[in-house]
Amino acid sequence: MKLFTYSPGGVHPEEEKLTKDKPFVSLSPPAIAVIPLSQHTGASNAPTVKVGDYVKIGSVLGTSPQFVSAPVHSSVSGEVIAIEERVVPAGNKIQSIIIKNDFKEEWVELNSLRSLEGVKPEELVKIIREAGIVGLGGAAFPTSVKLTPPKLKAIDTLIANGAECELYLTTDHRTMLEFPDKVIDGLLIEMEIVSAEKGIIAVENNKIDAAEMFENRIRERDIKNVEVVLVKTKYPQGGEKQLVKAILKKEIPSGGLPLDVGVIVQNVGTLKAVAEAVFEGRPLVERGVTVSGTAVSKPGNYIVRIGTPVSDIIDALGLSKKLRKLIFGGPMTGIAQATIDAPVVKGTSGILMFGEEAFDMSPEEESPCIRCASCIDSCPMGLMPTLIDYAWRRQDLKLSEKLKATDCIECGVCSYVCPSNRHLTENIKKAKQGVIKQNKIEAAKQAAFEKLKAQQEKKRAEKEAQK
Amino acid sequence: MKAYMIDLMVTAAPHVRDRRKTSHIMRDVLISLTPATIGSLVIFSFGHPLGVIIVSVISSVIAEYIGNFFFRKKSTLNDLSAGVTGLLLALVLPPSSPYWMVVIGAFTGVWLGKIIFGGIGSNPFNPALVGRAVLMVSWPTFMTQWIKPGFIMTISSATPIDSVTTATPLGIVKLQGYSTLIGYFGSRANLYKALFLGNVGGSLGETSALLLLIGGIYLLVRKVIDWRIPVSYIGTVFVLSWLFGRDPIFSILAGGLFLGAFFMATDYSSSPITPKGKIFYGVFIGVLTALIRQFGPYPEGVMFSIIIGNAFVPYFDKMVPHIYGVFQKKEVKE
Repeated sequence: MKLFTYSPGGVHPEEEKLTKDKPFVSLSPPAIAVIPLSQHTGASNAPTVKVGDYVKIGSVLGTSPQFVSAPVHSSVSGEVIAIEERVVPAGNKIQSIIIKNDFKEEWVELNSLRSLEGVKPEELVKIIREAGIVGLGGAAFPTSVKLTPPKLKAIDTLIANGAECELYLTTDHRTMLEFPDKVIDGLLIEMEIVSAEKGIIAVENNKIDAAEMFENRIRERDIKNVEVVLVKTKYPQGGEKQLVKAILKKEIPSGGLPLDVGVIVQNVGTLKAVAEAVFEGRPLVERGVTVSGTAVSKPGNYIVRIGTPVSDIIDALGLSKKLRKLIFGGPMTGIAQATIDAPVVKGTSGILMFGEEAFDMSPEEESPCIRCASCIDSCPMGLMPTLIDYAWRRQDLKLSEKLKATDCIECGVCSYVCPSNRHLTENIKKAKQGVIKQNKIEAAKQAAFEKLKAQQEKKRAEKEAQK
Repeated sequence: MKAYMIDLMVTAAPHVRDRRKTSHIMRDVLISLTPATIGSLVIFSFGHPLGVIIVSVISSVIAEYIGNFFFRKKSTLNDLSAGVTGLLLALVLPPSSPYWMVVIGAFTGVWLGKIIFGGIGSNPFNPALVGRAVLMVSWPTFMTQWIKPGFIMTISSATPIDSVTTATPLGIVKLQGYSTLIGYFGSRANLYKALFLGNVGGSLGETSALLLLIGGIYLLVRKVIDWRIPVSYIGTVFVLSWLFGRDPIFSILAGGLFLGAFFMATDYSSSPITPKGKIFYGVFIGVLTALIRQFGPYPEGVMFSIIIGNAFVPYFDKMVPHIYGVFQKKEVKE
């Protein structure tokens, strides 16, 4: 197996993969499931059930006619007791369906395919869409949309992303070890859909066991067009853009998508979900979640129903010390929670719990930038974080844009390396949002101006005609 | 569901940070200067030179403290940067510098070089070199008085060292030519050996190339400094000296080049932050050093080259790195 990596930039912190040897264990379903109506990036869903309805596991709770969306399904059977706004991991409140679990575990009827023979790509995309599958790596972008590239853009390569470069998280690692065939099936299905010639499974070289597992399965199943590659253990190796550059030596153009260079990158967990949707008919109602950190008594990898409030998980696994920091996602990009109410959603790859030591892990107080250039040397996008930070502090959106703040992938590396504790990632995110907002306003102004001009010209033409 | 006392801390990602902080970096710089510092004391036989180092460090720290107090800023003594400035200043002064002059150098360096620009990270010039430059133009006699290395003296004669003055190797080359210098040392190999170990006249910390190299390599290994500036700087001096018909090996070993290249030109706030900028900056000050040595009135040009180079840093900072996915070249303008 060849070893690939991107350059320049990146860091290699302590990996802290405490749970990599712990097989998946199913967590009991919640007594009350809180299922946010929209758990993806894109248009929000409207509810398809009302209070008092009886739902089964897999019943559709909300959909949207919009293209960039994915329906949500019930993860328990029982009665809808409320439809109200509830806190989600992102910190805001979203319309959610609250279901009282009757623990009968009744499923809706599942329709599955035996093989892909004679099935049209559009039908497969439809199955994936109806199963509510989104990117399970964290971004939660609807998978069906990724698999419907504009006609002109031919896809030649599909990359299964098993890099899992985030610290602590081991969900993808366990998925690869325990369900390698499902991951390969998912990859083959997606290659079929976009008629890609080549499939690549990329695994970081701290998970050689997973890579070997895939090699063996591919050899035994005699699959010719799928290759396993190792990528160097380095953060953020699993970033879509970094992975494409590492393996294919191509750069995705600024503001573009992997499909601009003929590639689709899919998380291995997503591929497993795709295989389950197609061959078992199962919608996305549960997912693998790593629960780790220093404050949880029983860290491990768990199969958790979507909609399980994190308080239920704390009840089930116990705390070893006073909880001071609760993070959804990994420590580099995850979101710190203010409450323990948020439920597990489709994009939840990990839940981390820390005690008082979280203060030392990420001190708050900033000191002046000493121009050491660590952030510049380690930025995987080649940006100059400290300058964007200064631009943002001066509210200089023009300079932020010139410095390409909008190209930031928000990986957190600049803040991580900064010896002065400066909140670089946080400020660059703000600068990025500021620039995007500004550009939208400018575009709207421009459009309004054009409209006005057109109207005036029309009036003038009418007057001329009257004369 | 059990009831929990919820007291959660909400901060922005990332939730982990590298353990290395500013004070650790400065501590590494101090550690890297230890061989050269101890070496200088041995070479110039303790006594007065030790006083120069202590006075310089203490006055720099006091200057920083007063400066912060005056500008109502939070004390920045914990980051150790004032100590680094003081030690570097001592190492670029002649061993026989009077203490009052050292105090003036430290105060002007810290205040004019650093505090008035906003303290750590904001100084456009290297504070230690600002201090030295002020002393150089104010008391040129004291600043060009070089004593003979002490540990040669103890072997060859019993004369008190303060009374024996000499010239730096570069000074001898300027006034009398390279062959005369080799004559003093017997052979070229002896000269190299003396420059390597530090048996020559010069500023306190600049004489031993070996000890400075050890410190420089330590900084490179600890990733405190980037290889680009020292390599391009020393490399440029080497090539240009050779083109000027000088002995290139002598040219890089003599004078303050190693001290300047590893510890002065790499000063974070007064050097470029972009990788490409660092290389061009090193080449630029290398050219200046070689030109001053060859054509200027001074035998040595490291200090002035670096200070002039510092002034051009904003220019070198515009040599931006390649941004992923951005293909047409765009210059960043402020």
